[in-house]
This record gives sequence, C-alpha cells and structure tokens, in this order.
Amino acid sequence: MGDTMFGDLASVRDGLKDVDYLADDGIASVVFLAEKLGKPVLVEGPAGTGKTELAKSVAAMTDARLIRLQCYEGLDEAKALYEWNYKKQLLRIQADRGSEASNEDWTDLQDDIFNDEFLLTRPLLEAISAEERVVLLIDEVDRVEVETEALLLEILSDYQVSIPELGTIEAKQIPIVFLTSNNTRELSEALKRRCLFLHIDYPQLEREKEIVLTKVDGISDNLAEQVARIVRSIRQIELKKSPSVSETLDWARTLVLLGVESIDVEQAKESLHILLKYQSDIEKAAKELTVEG
Amino acid sequence: MLDLMSGFVVELRNAGLPVSLTENLDAMEAVKHIPIEDRDAFKYALAATLVKNEQHWKAFETVFEVYFSLRGPEYNVVDEEGEIDEDSLEEWMSQQMKGMGGQGSAEDMSPEEIAEMLFRALMNADEAMMAAMARAAVTQFAGMEPGRPVGGTYYLYRTLRNLDLDGMMDRLMEEAQERSDSDMTPLQERLEREEFENRIEDLKREIEAEIRRRLVADRGVEAMAKTLRKPLPEDVDFMHASREEMANIRKAIQPLTRKLAARLARKRKHKRKGPLDFRATVRQSLSYGGVPAEPRFRNPRPNKPELIVVADISGSVAAFARFTLHLVYALQNQFSKVRSFVFIDGLDEVTHMFQDEEDITNAVHRVNTEADVVWVDGHSDYGHAFGVFWENFGSEINSKSTVMFLGDARNNYHATNAWVIKETAKKARSVFWLNPEPKSYWDTGDSVITEYATHTDGVFECRNLRQLEGFVDHLA
Repeated sequence: MGDTMFGDLASVRDGLKDVDYLADDGIASVVFLAEKLGKPVLVEGPAGTGKTELAKSVAAMTDARLIRLQCYEGLDEAKALYEWNYKKQLLRIQADRGSEASNEDWTDLQDDIFNDEFLLTRPLLEAISAEERVVLLIDEVDRVEVETEALLLEILSDYQVSIPELGTIEAKQIPIVFLTSNNTRELSEALKRRCLFLHIDYPQLEREKEIVLTKVDGISDNLAEQVARIVRSIRQIELKKSPSVSETLDWARTLVLLGVESIDVEQAKESLHILLKYQSDIEKAAKELTVEG
Repeated sequence: MLDLMSGFVVELRNAGLPVSLTENLDAMEAVKHIPIEDRDAFKYALAATLVKNEQHWKAFETVFEVYFSLRGPEYNVVDEEGEIDEDSLEEWMSQQMKGMGGQGSAEDMSPEEIAEMLFRALMNADEAMMAAMARAAVTQFAGMEPGRPVGGTYYLYRTLRNLDLDGMMDRLMEEAQERSDSDMTPLQERLEREEFENRIEDLKREIEAEIRRRLVADRGVEAMAKTLRKPLPEDVDFMHASREEMANIRKAIQPLTRKLAARLARKRKHKRKGPLDFRATVRQSLSYGGVPAEPRFRNPRPNKPELIVVADISGSVAAFARFTLHLVYALQNQFSKVRSFVFIDGLDEVTHMFQDEEDITNAVHRVNTEADVVWVDGHSDYGHAFGVFWENFGSEINSKSTVMFLGDARNNYHATNAWVIKETAKKARSVFWLNPEPKSYWDTGDSVITEYATHTDGVFECRNLRQLEGFVDHLA
C-alpha cells in the first residue's frame, strides 16, 4: 500500500475537493509529495486558515482513521507515546502472591507484566501500530517545550517507537503525518529538517469566494463575491487580529440567515462583531469602511 | 538538470537560506515525482523541501524566478552577433496579438494604443491580455540595453513612468462608475478601487517578471541572481528598513517578546527550589519509619518578571526608536508589569500611553507628540536623563525588575552619570543594554557605551531580528 494511494497531482486536488476542501496548487503539491516521499508535513500559518481541517480532509479523502494528538505545555511521553498500566501491573503481582503455588521467579513475572497487555498506547504509538490506514495529526506543535519536541523526532523520521522493556516497535504502515503550528515560537531545526514545509496563508479572493460558496448553503454568487471582497478589504487594515477563513464563513452564514441579498455599509457595520473579536478592531474597521479610503 | 539544481541550491545558500544536505536530497527526490512541465507544482515541491521558514519565501521566489524563468527564443534580447533581435521578438509579439483576436501587430502599436488595450485588459481582468501588454510595454518603454550591468529596478521605473498607472486608476474608476446603474456607495467604491489596485499590482508584478526574464536571458543566471540578492527579513537593518520591511519586522516581534517573557520567567524557575516544606517532609518521613530521610521543598513561587524599559528616542536613533516603541508595546502585553520611559535630554514615563491606546500607531504617535522629553535643546543627554530617572523612579526598582536600556549612548560630550546604571544594577535583578550601532562604531566620537557597559549584565548589538533573537536566546 502507500504508493498507489494517489495517482497524480490532479487527483489529489479533486479528491480534496470532493470532501469540500479547496486546495490551492501549493497545498495539493505538498500533500501529494508527503505521500510519495513518506514524509511528515509541517503546516504553518495564521489561526483559522484551515490547517487542522486539511488533515481531517486528507483523512476523509483516503478513508483513513484520524488520530489526533493535541499538544500543550507540559505534554510528556506518558501522554504522547505510551504508558505502563501501573494499576493493572500491581494487581497482577498481588494476584500472583495470593495463589500459594506461585514459585515463579522474578524474571518470569517481569516478562509477564511488561508486555502488550499492560501497555497503554497513546496517540503516537497508536498511529504507528495501527493495521489500517491512518492520518496522524499533531496539533499545535509549537505549544510543547523545545525539549519535548525531541520525543517526536524518532517517530517522524523512522516511523518507529523504542520502548526499553519491549524493544522497538516499527510502523506496520507509513501514516500520513501533519504537524500544525501557529508559529508562536521557532521550531527546532531538527524537527523542521524532517518535515515538508507548507505555509497556508489567507486565501486569494477567488479561492475565498469559492470556499464560501462550497461551505455556506444557499448563498448567492453575488453575495459570496461581496463577502470575499469586504473581507479582503478588512485584512488590509492593520488590526490586532485579521478575520480568518472560519470567521468569514460564520459571517457569510449569518448574512444568509438574515436574508441579506447585498451588503450595504450599515449591515456590514452591524455584523462586524462576527468577523472581528476585539472592540478596538471593530471600531477601526467600521470607521475605515464608512470613510472613503 | 542536476547542474541547474545544484546551482540553484548554492544560490539559495548565498542568499542566506539555511539549506541542509538532507533537504537538498529531499528536493531531488521530490522533483522526481513531479512532472517537470508543471512549473507551479515544481516550484511548490522545491519550496516544501527547501524553505522551512515563511519569511524566506520571498527570497526563494526571486531565486526560483531567476533560475527557472521561462527559457525560450522569445526571451533572447540578444542574438549571436550581439545585436538586439528585434525581428524575432516582434514576430512573436504579433503572433501573440493575433491570438488575442487580431488587433494588429506590435510594430504599429503606439503608446496610446498600448495604454488603451491595457485599460481594457485591466477593466475586464483579462490575464492573458495583461501579460501580453506587459511584454509590449517592456519592449516599448524600458529601453533595455543588452550587457548593461544593472538590476531590473531602473527598467521597471522607466516602464511604469510611461504607463502612468495613477491616471489609469482614475480612468478605471470612472468607467466603473459609469457601468454601475446607480451611484456607487462609498463601500462599493472602496471595494472597486481595491479590486483595480489589485489588478494593477498584478500587472506590475508581470512587468517586473518580464524584465527579469529578459535580463536573465541577457546576462546569465548567476549574474542576475547576484544582483537581485537581498537580505533576509531577519537580517534587515532596523535603521534602514523600508516601510514594507518594517511591517514584516513588526510581525516578527510578537512571538519574540513572548519568548522573552517565557525566558525571564523560566530562568528563575530552574535556578533553585523553594524553602523547606516542613509538613511534607514529616509526612514523607513516615514511609521511612519517622526518619526524615528525604527533605521536601516548597515549589518556588511562579516568577512574575517586571520589566523597565528606558529608550532613547532622539533623532540619531529615530529609525531604531520606531522599532523600540513597537518592541515596548509588544512587551507590554507579555509582562505583568512593564514600565516604559523615553528620553532625549529629559525623561518621561510613557507607560500609560501604551496602556490607554489599543492601537500601536496611535500610541507611537502620542509618545512622539505628548511625551515631555526635551529639557534644554533636544539633543541627546544621557547623563541628565538618567539623573532624572534615578531621582524620580530609582526607588521603584527592586530585585524583581529587569531593566533594559535602548540607545546608542551618543551623549554629545555631556556628563555620563554612569553611577545611575551602577546603582540600578545593584538593585535590579539584571540590567541589559541594546545598542543599535554596529560594534565597530562603539566608543568612537561621542559614544560612551563602555562607560555604561561596565555596570550592566551585557551590552548587545541589536540591528536586526537575528541579533534580537540572539539576545533573547542569551537570556536562557
């Protein structure tokens, strides 16, 4: 398996489109290469541009199971890779002591309690030991400390996990791996080197309009065009937080629900709070939109 | 192909991009899977394997354009004899024109005709037409001379001057006005304008690319790549940053300050454990039969770093000051307590201005207009400013505060009052100095940086993002 998953570039783009993800050339190329080269993809970009969505869509497209590891500060081996089930191990030892006949020596017992039965798999181990196709999503990798990043290196380059008591577990299939980052800190060189790099920025006008058209039910072409244009206009203003694609979609949905056919300034101003989340931003944008620039 | 690829990678490295051997191999592997005719896919494949930082994308793109720009006879400005190959170019042009619907050949196109067609192309967002007109415009207006060792900027300027894009913009707006049934609302007008601005930007880019292609055909790949080499965003000098570069720098500051805050807080966390926790020790001793074999300590209180920033905003460091104010503003969001001061020869606290204003541009504006920083003549006087600082605010420095001085220490031969720094260093947790001047200029002329430096925990040259990041890393 693996090599036959994607035929060519175009099939990747069409496949993603079938699951309602509009990929541009860059995204499609990188996804295609990730599968061909068997390399993880590091996806970077502003919040709300569809980084996580990409992984989900690829999973949907390839009929794979999505395994997700949400990163946070303080994430450790026990949460990311594997953990021994101490309680169960203890019970096992106790049960052993209970039965009088047990003259097994320690080594037997040790072999017994350090095997698969007592191993709790965590997302990373689960991803590589899965039999079926999986897509592994390591979300917001920039949140873990630099030291914890090292945890990921073995699995990302060799698709294997070493457990001291058990030996090395190698992947039964090569999962497609996505790492997302909001770029709150610089990731280590070692991690970057192992990945393909994809930067997803706010989409171009045309693409944003198409996204709105596919994702929002019952929106007219005209309205979608207006929405995309106004959002582009707002992104050009210097704001604390520019509207993301997901906020554009929320806004478009609201406008459809309100039965708006074409947006005028008043409507735009009144619904700005869906698009922007800071009061100062809203005021600034409202001012900019009314005053002819 | 292999030669081209390795030349390409070498040029990327020359441009400052850190391309490792593995990445190079990955790129080679990647392009095998990509049909070479698909130029965009080829570009993205290279980018995904070679460029691991979004900031470097622009540099990559330039090198890519130079190395893999469309090659073909139509771009040969010069034929073998060194003559300008007018004929083949014009022939090709007229072919293109016929393809467009036979509006005549390029030879008999006057500047007015070009302008007219360009106008129509922009109005209808006809990309093929725009590209063709960009070529025509370059042929007509740029006046490219083969062999001249210049970059494209000069030709670009000449072409654009002749096209009069501002006038074009007005015409486009008028036309749009006429086409719409009723009067346009300001919002519609704004959106229309932006749409046209966008198209004109596209056109400019097209013209630039066209000029570049011809220059590459004329002067060869290596020479062009070298001419077009620009510093990476992190190497851009604060003092000479253009508007666009400054915007990039601003964006990059945000994550840096977060890092700085994290570093300052963590340093303390790792340094020592808290005081003995008697209760926990006794409790732990129970498992050793009452012998306190393992002492327990309290967790140290989470550190709340306080930051005091004292920044020079005099004329000599004006460009740097613009950056410092942004830095201070960004810091304000990260630290529980930041107090900021600015000075020239007087000194004033500006903390409240940053706090009141949600918007950085307003805040900077207020600092520049309202802060009372001039004492006598508005020339830097570090000595007096520090004197004022110590007198009014010295008592508020405590063992939690980190003090950062920002300035070039060019004191106009006034008294230095270096004792202020010394006293500050005694009371504060640490004192740093960021100097925007290159190291070789330190202590020349009226610079007295060393006199101050002896009392600080370190003076850092800080002219670009890389150095600023180096400083933040140093704190770890």
